[in-house]
Amino acid sequence: MGIVSLLDKTAEPGGPAPSSGTGPQVRDRADVRRQRRLIVVFGIVALLVGYFYLDIDDFEIQYSLAERITKEDRPQPWDTQLMMIVCLVVVVVSLVLALVNRVPRNAWAGVLFVLVGVAFLAAFIIWNFTDQDGAVARTFFNPLPEAMRRSTPLVLGALAGVLCERAGVINIAIEGQFIAGAFFAAVASSLAYSAEMGLVGGIIAGVGIAAMLGVFAMRYHVNQVVLGVVLVAFATGFTSFLLKQIPSDPDIRQYLNAPLILERIAIPGLSDIPVIGLTFFNQTLLVYIMYVSIGLVTFLLYQTKWGLRVRSVGEHPKAADTVGIKVNRVRWQAVLLGGVFAGLGGAFFTVGSNGTFDNGVSANYGFIALAAVIMGRWHPVGGTLAALFFGFMLTIEVQLGQLDRIPPAFIQAMPYIATVIAVAGFVGRVRPPAADGEPYVKS
Amino acid sequence: MKLEIRGLTKRFGSFTANDGIDLTIEPGEIHCLLGENGAGKSTLMNMLYGLLDPTEGEIVVDGVPVSFSSPGDAIEAGIGMVHQHFMLVPVFTVAENVMLGREQTRGLGVLNRRKASHLVRELSERFHLAVDPDAMVEDLPVGVQQRVEIIKALSNDAKVLILDEPTAVLTPQEIDELMEIMRELKAQGTSIIFITHKLREVRAVGDRISVIRRGKVVGTAAPTASEAELAEMMVGREVSLRVTKEAASVGKPVLEVRDVTVIDPRGHQVVKNVSFEARAGEVLGIAGVQGNGQTELIKSLLGLVRPDAGQILLEGRDISRHGPRQSLEDGIGYIPEDRSHDGYVGGFSVRENLILDLYRHEEFSRGGALRLDEIRANAEARIAEFDIRTESASTPVSALSGGNQQKVVVAREFSRPLKVLIASQPTRGVDVGSIEFIHKRIVSERDKGTAVIIVSTELDEVYALSDRIAVMYDGRIVATVDPDLPREDIGLLMAGATTDEESTAR
Amino acid sequence: MSDLEKGPEPREPRRGTPHDPDAEHVDVLDPDAVGGEDAAKQVQASMAAADRPGGPLDLSVYLPTAKVTAGAILIALVIGAVLIAISDDGVIESLSYFTSYPWDFFTRSGDAIWSAYSALVRGSVGSGAAISTTLERSAPLICAGLSVALAFRAGLFNIGGQGQLTIGALCAGYVGFTWDLPSGVHVVAAALAGILGGAVWGGIVGLLKARTGAHEVITTIMFNYIAVAVLTYALSKDAFQRPGSDNPQSLPVADSARLPEIFGVHIGVLLAFLAAGLVWWILERSTLGFELRAVGANADASRTAGMSIPKVYTLAMLLAGALAGLASLSGVLGRGDSLSLSVVGSTGFDAITVALLGRATPLGTVLAGLLFGAMSVGGGAMEAAGTPRELTDVLQALIVLFVAAPALVKGLMRVKESGGGATVMAKGWGS
Repeated sequence: MGIVSLLDKTAEPGGPAPSSGTGPQVRDRADVRRQRRLIVVFGIVALLVGYFYLDIDDFEIQYSLAERITKEDRPQPWDTQLMMIVCLVVVVVSLVLALVNRVPRNAWAGVLFVLVGVAFLAAFIIWNFTDQDGAVARTFFNPLPEAMRRSTPLVLGALAGVLCERAGVINIAIEGQFIAGAFFAAVASSLAYSAEMGLVGGIIAGVGIAAMLGVFAMRYHVNQVVLGVVLVAFATGFTSFLLKQIPSDPDIRQYLNAPLILERIAIPGLSDIPVIGLTFFNQTLLVYIMYVSIGLVTFLLYQTKWGLRVRSVGEHPKAADTVGIKVNRVRWQAVLLGGVFAGLGGAFFTVGSNGTFDNGVSANYGFIALAAVIMGRWHPVGGTLAALFFGFMLTIEVQLGQLDRIPPAFIQAMPYIATVIAVAGFVGRVRPPAADGEPYVKS
Repeated sequence: MKLEIRGLTKRFGSFTANDGIDLTIEPGEIHCLLGENGAGKSTLMNMLYGLLDPTEGEIVVDGVPVSFSSPGDAIEAGIGMVHQHFMLVPVFTVAENVMLGREQTRGLGVLNRRKASHLVRELSERFHLAVDPDAMVEDLPVGVQQRVEIIKALSNDAKVLILDEPTAVLTPQEIDELMEIMRELKAQGTSIIFITHKLREVRAVGDRISVIRRGKVVGTAAPTASEAELAEMMVGREVSLRVTKEAASVGKPVLEVRDVTVIDPRGHQVVKNVSFEARAGEVLGIAGVQGNGQTELIKSLLGLVRPDAGQILLEGRDISRHGPRQSLEDGIGYIPEDRSHDGYVGGFSVRENLILDLYRHEEFSRGGALRLDEIRANAEARIAEFDIRTESASTPVSALSGGNQQKVVVAREFSRPLKVLIASQPTRGVDVGSIEFIHKRIVSERDKGTAVIIVSTELDEVYALSDRIAVMYDGRIVATVDPDLPREDIGLLMAGATTDEESTAR
Repeated sequence: MSDLEKGPEPREPRRGTPHDPDAEHVDVLDPDAVGGEDAAKQVQASMAAADRPGGPLDLSVYLPTAKVTAGAILIALVIGAVLIAISDDGVIESLSYFTSYPWDFFTRSGDAIWSAYSALVRGSVGSGAAISTTLERSAPLICAGLSVALAFRAGLFNIGGQGQLTIGALCAGYVGFTWDLPSGVHVVAAALAGILGGAVWGGIVGLLKARTGAHEVITTIMFNYIAVAVLTYALSKDAFQRPGSDNPQSLPVADSARLPEIFGVHIGVLLAFLAAGLVWWILERSTLGFELRAVGANADASRTAGMSIPKVYTLAMLLAGALAGLASLSGVLGRGDSLSLSVVGSTGFDAITVALLGRATPLGTVLAGLLFGAMSVGGGAMEAAGTPRELTDVLQALIVLFVAAPALVKGLMRVKESGGGATVMAKGWGS
């Protein structure tokens, strides 16, 4: 009798309906905002692409699928009008979808955004290469192999960032890890007379900075954003101090800062595939390591016991503690493993590309990797995609900078403006791991 | 498993949270631990669970002294705990949460999610705890999340299960279900330590009752003891939650809410077509289990959330598009439910917190400059008037006790003329003395002719203060009733049942 | 932009937990677990009061902080000494015969350390001229440090000082070398242009944060790069280049736009101290500062109290940008540098460490700015004595690192004081 029986009565047919079910028909404001934002963005993109199309007089451009002109790879002419129309259609269709609020909300949304982005970029690049004034038209070279190389440190840095932050430790010091990694990779490679040993040197340096991050963040609870900034300053100062201490005597320099450089390894068979082969399978060891790292980090984080624990200490460390997980131990592991990837990323700037270390060799790529972590929503695959985007933009910047459609400085600023738009427009209020940046102290 | 606690003491600096506690939990019994908020129950359990190191004393399991340096050790020894604040990772699935710490793998550390789901299903069938192993925890209602916590503890083969204030977030019906589960567990041989400050529950389910006050065990009782006896043991003196108040002299409606709907960022309607009115000189209580839309409703009244549909009228003017600043200027007083989150700035001094929403008034600033003398005088006056126990007016509020922190908030809100007072959980985590004080002030504010809205999940508080009670369930006001309705019926309404009373007193 | 948009509320109690953003002190007690007790809290109350400006004027409460800072500097100098020694050729040489003449190693190390550090001190404060240079070098650090500190107090991490300085210098420089105005008016116009330029650049970031929630750490970093691109673009235009030159370098500003000198230093030094006073007044005595600090400490409670978070974010970044703009004047209008890609050096980044060392208070920032200014000037003299000036960068980073970890310093120094330590910092990514 009492409560339970009364409850039963209400459930009987004919009784008063339980007051669950849906509420009144009200359109969600968030949904309205989303639609408005999409219309604005797609509208601007459509206008720009339309302008590009109308602005072009002569649709023919010179292109090459190789990275430079050789006897086999002469520049080919290409009438881009059809391509421009395709781009225009993609953008306009997206705009219409936004106007009737039929933009999908699942994974297809991502596909649509990527399509619009690619269409815009393609139209932009074509617009730049058409109607050139010079006597000899500049050729559009295949940017993908170079983009893949430039992305390598960015991807590795982003993976390092994802690992740390998934475990709840903010890593702004990726740039510092890059600098230290680059320097010690050069030293190790020079000393051991082996480019591969340079990678080991990079790893050691990356892990070293990671260890400093770990000690001060976890042992001494230093604010982690502060810590990251200071560690970058430390790594910069320390390496430039050491660099000056390397005597200019070529005999000594040879032992300390004249590293061997990783050579390209063409993967038999695969490297012969047109475009793809050159892009993916004719690269250095470090690039191949990067491929493996993406899969490895994703697998570790989402398919293994260790990954489950890492994510749990980043989301709710106390919950992890109450089931007997040593929170700081797991965080240490993640931070140090992150150091391995960041150190490898740093090695790119010396043994992976130009060789000798110099101040500013990492060109603030560490901060771009950080942006990739956030744009990629703290997910290894997302971070990778964002890093690839940056790598592509940094590559294309070099080619477009030689043309005169728009000032080179604007092209230089493009990736950063794109980041601001992305962060402000699409990933503004993303959800970082809930305990990111909070030291764990027992009761 | 027999669990003994011998002379367990915990000190934080000069403060003794637990003082020489002795307890014995026999195998297969439900042992209730009764005590006020802040009596030291949670500290004791955290020591038992390896989250805190005892300063003195020992824990003995089946005659063998043990020491737990981490929860892992406690789990190993067969102790499981369901925490007051759930220890679940919101973005993990049920199965992931349950296996965390002792993961099912295919070897080489690769997760075996299927096996984990299977285990959850098995446990949920065996103990009649319905849960979907593949559901995301953040999508589950609190009652189900609690079941997940219990399954988590059981999956570790807990012989002694600690339930820390498990009923705080549940409807009366869910509480009944939980008690069924407790009896079921007991029948299968698990001992349970049931921590609560609710007398009714203790008597309904307990085998033995230990009462804790100010960090000490002050006595044990059988479940047959009367509520009055238990209450006196718990608080140390005879208390009554009844607030003496005159009959309300109800005036005209001040705040009218018409068909308000609020949608949360995830697209769920959390407030659905709610209409009511608050009248001058009357306390309207909004009862309901936590998470049924009260929070969002109140926030929309103050302008912290803009309603997606409907109107809010203050003395006939639509204020539904006003922000909090305008609402405050209009004469709405607000005591938020989570004071440390929304009510005060912890690092600010008492003095600064007392003008947190008044600093822009002529009285406290002029031409963009703060008037320090006036601010200081105001602080002295409020501290005296509201009996705020603080070392000085420049002490940071975060260093005050919960009751005094709340008094700072209350003092600030009462220090300007109000048309409407909205108080959400005004006495949560507040000591008994402060509760009485705050209740009295609320009633006297009503007597001044202010329309008062009280939101509370504590039915006792709603009963004690309200002249009318609106019950919220699933984003709706399911009924507005007089406070003489039996509490069982209100409990039913809180659980979503509708009654004939729905049509009354609208 | 409601509370709701922040996803589910954390289930953990916020109050009093050690990572509580509200609590400036490290709190070992969880009041939810123990509650109701006043004795232990009183102890913390007095501890916490120590870090609060506007508290009782008892200087002894600042003592632990001062000791930690001094200890941090000392430890950094010791590490620096080791670096000097191991990188000195003479010392390395002495190692080769360490077993036969061990004393040589120590004397040579001592000599190297002494000559480096004494050069550092002599170069920075050893003469009137050195002090003037130090003051002039400190002025932009102080202004930019105040910029970071002010934003910090509002809960914002301004890593964009670099960009704000760049735009400030660009604007000040442009007015300085293109406009033709009477001398008094010209310098004021140029200075205002610089301040305004910085303010706009910072304000955009604030506005973005306020309107869209874009995290300021990311946007300020990006705006640094964009500022460089803007400068590059400007310097590619004839209006900015020296006549008859294609180099990305401008003329220096006209003499009428140069900052006047008093007491042997340009007036930018005075402006820096005045700015510190102004920032102090804003933070501690104005309603705006009240809002700023409230939002920085607890944005939710501030919103509930009727403050406009977007307004505070925008204004805070606007002011921070203006201060960075002020910092940029020292170079273009003070020293008379011409605009080039290196016109602001790394002042914007150094300012972050200055503000951190100064614990985001105006007085602390002034002292830290003077210290780092002196180290930077002395670094030149040290380099002449054979130790690379980059050592000062290492020292500065180490000092800030140690100051941020008082427990480490106390452990190393065996200082037995309690409390005082924790810095006033915005937490994590929380936006």
